[in-house]
Amino acid sequence: MTTTDSIPTPRNPAAAAIASDPTLSREDASPLGRVLPGWVQAMPFGLVFLAFFVVPLILVVVVSFFDYNDYETIPSFTTRSYVENFEGCVSQLPDVCTILKTYGSTLKFCFLVWALTLVIGFTIAYFLAFHVRSVTVQMTLALVCTIPFWTSNVIRMISWIPLLGRNGLINQMLVGGHVVSQPVEWLLYSQFSVVLAFVHLFTFFMVIPIFNSMARIDKRLIEAAYDAGANGWQTLWNVIIPLAKPGIVIGSIFVVTIVMGDFITVGVMGGEQVASAGKVIETRLNALQFPPAAANAVLLLVVTLGIITLLTRVVDIRKEL
Amino acid sequence: MRQADLELVHLTKRYGNTTAVDAIDLKIPANSYCCLLGPSGCGKTSTLRMIAGHESATVGDIVFGSANVTNLPPAKRGTAMMFQSYALFPHLSCVDNVSFSLKMRGVDKATRQARARQLLKLVAMDQYGDRLPAQLSGGQQQRIALARALITEPQIVLLDEPLSALDPFLRIKMRMELRRLQQQLGIIFVHVTHSQDEAMALADLIVIMNNGKIEQAGAPRDVFNHPNTAFVARFIGGHNVIPTVNGPIAVRADRLLLRRPQPGTNGLIDGVVRSVEYQGTYVQLAIEDGDGREITATTDETTFDQTPFNPGDPIAISWGERDVHHLSQAA
Repeated sequence: MTTTDSIPTPRNPAAAAIASDPTLSREDASPLGRVLPGWVQAMPFGLVFLAFFVVPLILVVVVSFFDYNDYETIPSFTTRSYVENFEGCVSQLPDVCTILKTYGSTLKFCFLVWALTLVIGFTIAYFLAFHVRSVTVQMTLALVCTIPFWTSNVIRMISWIPLLGRNGLINQMLVGGHVVSQPVEWLLYSQFSVVLAFVHLFTFFMVIPIFNSMARIDKRLIEAAYDAGANGWQTLWNVIIPLAKPGIVIGSIFVVTIVMGDFITVGVMGGEQVASAGKVIETRLNALQFPPAAANAVLLLVVTLGIITLLTRVVDIRKEL
Repeated sequence: MRQADLELVHLTKRYGNTTAVDAIDLKIPANSYCCLLGPSGCGKTSTLRMIAGHESATVGDIVFGSANVTNLPPAKRGTAMMFQSYALFPHLSCVDNVSFSLKMRGVDKATRQARARQLLKLVAMDQYGDRLPAQLSGGQQQRIALARALITEPQIVLLDEPLSALDPFLRIKMRMELRRLQQQLGIIFVHVTHSQDEAMALADLIVIMNNGKIEQAGAPRDVFNHPNTAFVARFIGGHNVIPTVNGPIAVRADRLLLRRPQPGTNGLIDGVVRSVEYQGTYVQLAIEDGDGREITATTDETTFDQTPFNPGDPIAISWGERDVHHLSQAA
């Protein structure tokens, strides 16, 4: 420090502090950074996060271990809610117990919806990113995709009913055109209609992240692949899909988390006849049985986090962002 | 290995109403280094991309040896392109980048990786095979791009401003390597550039383009010493274009004779020195003549010291008859 001692002290003491401290990087030299350490700056959002996410989550976990009877929740420690959930899962073998059936059905929906939204979303994003040349048209078309979001989820779901119902437009056409003699029953209040509504509602969550990833792909890479003799499918598989992976994973996380936790779409479109993990929680809540509802919520959280962990194994999102 | 010439016949590219390349004819002999030189927008890149097969020709043909390749896809032409800013696949290691085209052809992994390592050795990058492009410097990325272009054993390598992203020192080093590789492989290199120095240093054949047309094509020395048009004389540098009663002429800046004006013995042009720049091996003078036209003269240090000029000094310029090159009137 002998050399710095001989230099006249700069007028700004903060600048002097930075000059004499080689560990401080350029980023730390922002006006706020000189006064407040980073963790203080992150505090406001941290507090919001703590109050509205971490604390409720802890409460849910705590309540899931409470006891309950028909008219009250009893603060004590018991694993009753979890045990009851898996009732009969061992004794009924080889028959599958209710909770596993429910999760099986939810996972099946989840997989179907994920696969469909991925294929449809990827195709739309590909069209937007590689076939639409002008950025203005790209943005316009992307905005057009958001128009359905101007109405509520429930209205978008309900509007399927006049189309798919027993006397709906499609059945009228099929019967009128003598394609079928009886109206088709599986169009509405069925697994089909649930998947249809999910795909309709959530494909957009796939389109935007994938489009965002694709828009960042240098078009010359496509030319370079063509120059190397790759055909369209080879370019898609070897260049575009690997580079669109971050978008695919982010879109997948959106769709998977929404479908896993959903109970409204399953309720409305399944005619309250289709079971799902979210529906179990709703039923318990309606019966004011908070501990089993909380236990189911924890179970759902664990399963969903498991799926997301598997997805992030495919791509390190933090690295890609 | 077939040795074939590349011929462009009336090659034309139009985008809507604008003509980027206007019916050019050019023969690039086998085993030669050809530089397409010109200002931006002159059609040199469009020409290169048509040869590569990344743009379709509106009219005309591209003939390689005895084959008309005008409508073939890039991989069927025996060409390989090295893109400006290299276009390396960011998600693939250097070995995978280099072996990409072999993978597309269905070559098995062991074979293509072994071949890629050979190519990396050729460009002195065998140490870096497992790195990603983002972990390499610009010059290193360029070597990888070159190895990727060479792995298909192309007969023609097309380079789109390959040196423009490098710093001046590296640029000179890389251009020597490009030349060495071209001679070692004995194939055609077509190199697009806007730098005269680069073209002069590298090319067997310099093609100077302007407004979609070829102004002049020839060996660097021929083009420099015998520019056909005023455009070529100005673009190639080192020339003064001077209008005379017999039409415009070009005189090399280093062939001008500079004297102090004496009464009764005027120069061919009289002017005033505007600036004097010492350039080490030579001294460069900017001279303004009576009509306000600027003339550049270079002279070696010794000659300059015998009759030194300062800005503001009057000066008489003349030249020998054999240093005069008549330019075509058209330009």
